[in-house]
Amino acid sequence: MKKLELLGLALFIFGMTVFTALPFLGSYTLSEANVLAQVKEIHREKVSELLKPMVGKDYGSTRAFLAGYASQMDPYNEALKAAQQWDQVIWDDYGFALAKAAYQGPSRSQPWLWLVLSIGAAVLGGFLYHLRGFSKDTAGGVHAGVFHSPVKNRGLLGLLTGSYLILFYVVLYWFPAYLVGLVWMVEPLSRMLSGGPASQWFLYGLVYTLAILVMGIRMFRKYRDNRYQQLRTASIIFFQTAFAFLIPEVLVLFNQPYFDFKNIWPLDYDFFYDYQLSSLLSGGGLGVFMLVWGILLIVIAVPVFTYFYGKRWYCSWVCGCGGLAETVGDPFRHLSDKSLTAWQWERWLIHGVLALAVLVTGLTLVNYFAGFKLLGDLTNQLHSFYGFAIGSAFAGVVGTGFYPLMGNRVWCRFGCPLAAYLGIVQRFKSRFRITTNGGQCISCGNCSTHCEMGIDVRAYAQQGQNIVRSSCVGCGVCASVCPRGVLKLENDNEEGRIHDFPILIGNNSIKLKL
Amino acid sequence: MGSRHYVIIGNGISGITFARQLRKADAQARITVISGESPYFFSRTALMYVFMGQMKWEHTQPYEPQFWVKNRIELHQGWVEGLDFSAKNLIFDSGERMSYDVLVLATGSKPAFFGWPGQELKGVQGLYSKQDLELMEENTQKPIKRAVVVGGGLIGIEMAEMLGYKKIPVTFLVRETRFWEQVLPEAEAELVGKHILEHQIDLKLGTELKEILSDEEGRVRGVVISSGEELACEFVGLTTGVTPNVAFLRNTDLAIGKGIKVNEYFETSVEDVYAIGDCAEFEQVPAPDRRNIEQVWYTGRMHGETLAQHLCNGPVAYQPGVWFNSAKFFDIEYQTYGQLASQWAPDSLRSFYWAHDGGRVAFRMQLDLEGKILGAHNFGFRLRHAFFDRAIRERWSGEQVIAKLGEANFDPEFFAPYYMAIQQAFQTQFGGNFPLPKRSFIQKLFGAGV
Repeated sequence: MKKLELLGLALFIFGMTVFTALPFLGSYTLSEANVLAQVKEIHREKVSELLKPMVGKDYGSTRAFLAGYASQMDPYNEALKAAQQWDQVIWDDYGFALAKAAYQGPSRSQPWLWLVLSIGAAVLGGFLYHLRGFSKDTAGGVHAGVFHSPVKNRGLLGLLTGSYLILFYVVLYWFPAYLVGLVWMVEPLSRMLSGGPASQWFLYGLVYTLAILVMGIRMFRKYRDNRYQQLRTASIIFFQTAFAFLIPEVLVLFNQPYFDFKNIWPLDYDFFYDYQLSSLLSGGGLGVFMLVWGILLIVIAVPVFTYFYGKRWYCSWVCGCGGLAETVGDPFRHLSDKSLTAWQWERWLIHGVLALAVLVTGLTLVNYFAGFKLLGDLTNQLHSFYGFAIGSAFAGVVGTGFYPLMGNRVWCRFGCPLAAYLGIVQRFKSRFRITTNGGQCISCGNCSTHCEMGIDVRAYAQQGQNIVRSSCVGCGVCASVCPRGVLKLENDNEEGRIHDFPILIGNNSIKLKL
Repeated sequence: MGSRHYVIIGNGISGITFARQLRKADAQARITVISGESPYFFSRTALMYVFMGQMKWEHTQPYEPQFWVKNRIELHQGWVEGLDFSAKNLIFDSGERMSYDVLVLATGSKPAFFGWPGQELKGVQGLYSKQDLELMEENTQKPIKRAVVVGGGLIGIEMAEMLGYKKIPVTFLVRETRFWEQVLPEAEAELVGKHILEHQIDLKLGTELKEILSDEEGRVRGVVISSGEELACEFVGLTTGVTPNVAFLRNTDLAIGKGIKVNEYFETSVEDVYAIGDCAEFEQVPAPDRRNIEQVWYTGRMHGETLAQHLCNGPVAYQPGVWFNSAKFFDIEYQTYGQLASQWAPDSLRSFYWAHDGGRVAFRMQLDLEGKILGAHNFGFRLRHAFFDRAIRERWSGEQVIAKLGEANFDPEFFAPYYMAIQQAFQTQFGGNFPLPKRSFIQKLFGAGV
């Protein structure tokens, strides 16, 4: 490593250390005004009364603050539950909102400074580290060495990276109050964009977008001779930055519903939930347009674009989950399981999640139009279950946290219901395929090894068959890593797309089925 | 003849292709594949990628262990030491015996060493087998100041790349005056030679190995080259070709030349014994443009396919089609179709050559005197096998091939359309009356330029 890369690495580690340490700095002092500002009107009186003992007290850590909050709220709620007075129970968790309001720490007084010291340093470090990566001087090409790397081959550093990511997601989804120190640091940025306060989701969105950007630069370096990869990476960065991050915030600034124009049901699983429908339908002309737009994406865009270009138009060019997988996850792509057993699991799981998403959404809509008389509160419980099990645990913790352990497309391969839907179209009605170049395959296995979706590409290529698989996201790396120019991603006539009787070219003795 | 016992010695591409095709054609046959090298079939072509940490050993195996159970192909690990043809028995080095009804020899090759003094020293090796890979990993464990690779062919350049991955400086000795002289015309050999130099390989053309020098412990400490100069090195790779792996068969009834003598049905001189792949030597060349011994991946596969058909649905004689091959020289991919002369008299054929200024992309097509295509090869970009197979079989004119070259393009989407530059160059040099295509709007906007 030369000086620039060392400097980059040092900056990155420094930034990440500050980022990780910040939640442990600062203290919490709750005021009555905090409670009144953060708590819903119907709970205000009761919560103020319950939390009175906390007001003015100095809590040295998030843990102590939350313990104080729980010690006041829990007995009250437990007693109501025991008395079966369900409607009196305060179901809302004000922990995050109150912790944020009560927080007294460095990132609240000097947010920009701490933003620069943490995320800023990490981003600059990552940028410097990758600026000259994948030098042409060394032999072996851009894919060499991944199995000799302690990070990329489940070594100690890989396990640590995975553990850190998993821990981050667990805190983000279920213990967000611990992140308020970090959230304060992005407060001014949020005010600038949306005019509103920052939440843990704004923090997450910012980190997510910057991670795609920095690791996107790594992709530009890695594939500087590969225009397909460059365009794909640029597209991912664009859609993440503009559509997923900036536009929804700016919409809020103009008092419009928060909306990601490229997110599609059933990946966007709450699109048809009652509160979402109410929000869009009460959002005026633009809100109704958003609803229609979202439905058009499902019924027109998915089948039409997938017919012409395969599911790659979404999964590896537009999607945010795909965007993270293709940039941050790229160093781990070869860790996907290629076995037949894994493929069997994949088909049951992904179609199972699709069925569940359709079921939950269907029941929600029926209940919605029946004015909640049919199923009452049941759909809310289904939403909680789906949100917890699929939205948070599967897509977040497993989907991203497991990059260094099971490869970068765990969610996309085993869980994403939209990928399942796109995949069904791709498999049965599409012009997309990976063409095998006659008899040129040498069975080396680079394609299968580096397939992030765990497709055994070689199994098809060595028989002269085209690769037509519902899971293929069209990342194009098999074609790039192939040393003999055997694979090409193509949109072509449906005729001849699937060879049932492949004939290997070059042997005139017989024409045989392989 | 339902349950004959087919025994195959060798689990490389020819032996395994034969076994798989046999199972497809004959559900009853008992099939046993013997190998001492590795328990499971692996792709020999991927050895270099394991060394370079681009793959793990398990990735080189195209079939999961369960595949062999499911297809009832018995795998037996061991080295065969002798054959008893009268009793139809194999004798393993353990002394164990195995009987067969039909024996297929698919023993492959071994690196050819040419009796250099010191070729048996520690740190001197070829690269062909799994064991060679393991030896190379062992031989490059300790720091190496310089390695010498001998032999200007495909394995040599792979070895140079492998050593380069470990940042070991390499001197590459090539006896001929240019790289891969038997196959590549001058311009292409120069293109590859330049690329080798770009990778900091010390390429010495027209240089032969004279002697390998030993230190006190029997390890290589240097080599003497044809100029008499002595080069210090701690590793020597001998990649001067391969030779059929038939030593253990020499004193049997089998007729053996360089390889095991076979006819067009892969029949050897002994009844019920066949030989396929690298180890087979055809009594008569299988086609005018072919050699007696075919030692590439693709021909091994075809031998296996053909013999299985011959034994189950025969008689089927081996008839190779249009020649094709491929390789990779560091970053430059190479594909070849049909027959291309590396040297030719000006009035014997017409040769069209186009090379990109960047020095990594080139295309050559040779035509007979009537202007019909004989063969073509391409460097640094990809062309469609099916297209050239058809063009050469149907003897298209050069003009027809170039006019349709867009259909042959196999580069990824948005890559530079080199075929357009080739079409233009062909019209300038050879004339031809076909419209030159224009780049689409999308290509102009997003695609790479030539």
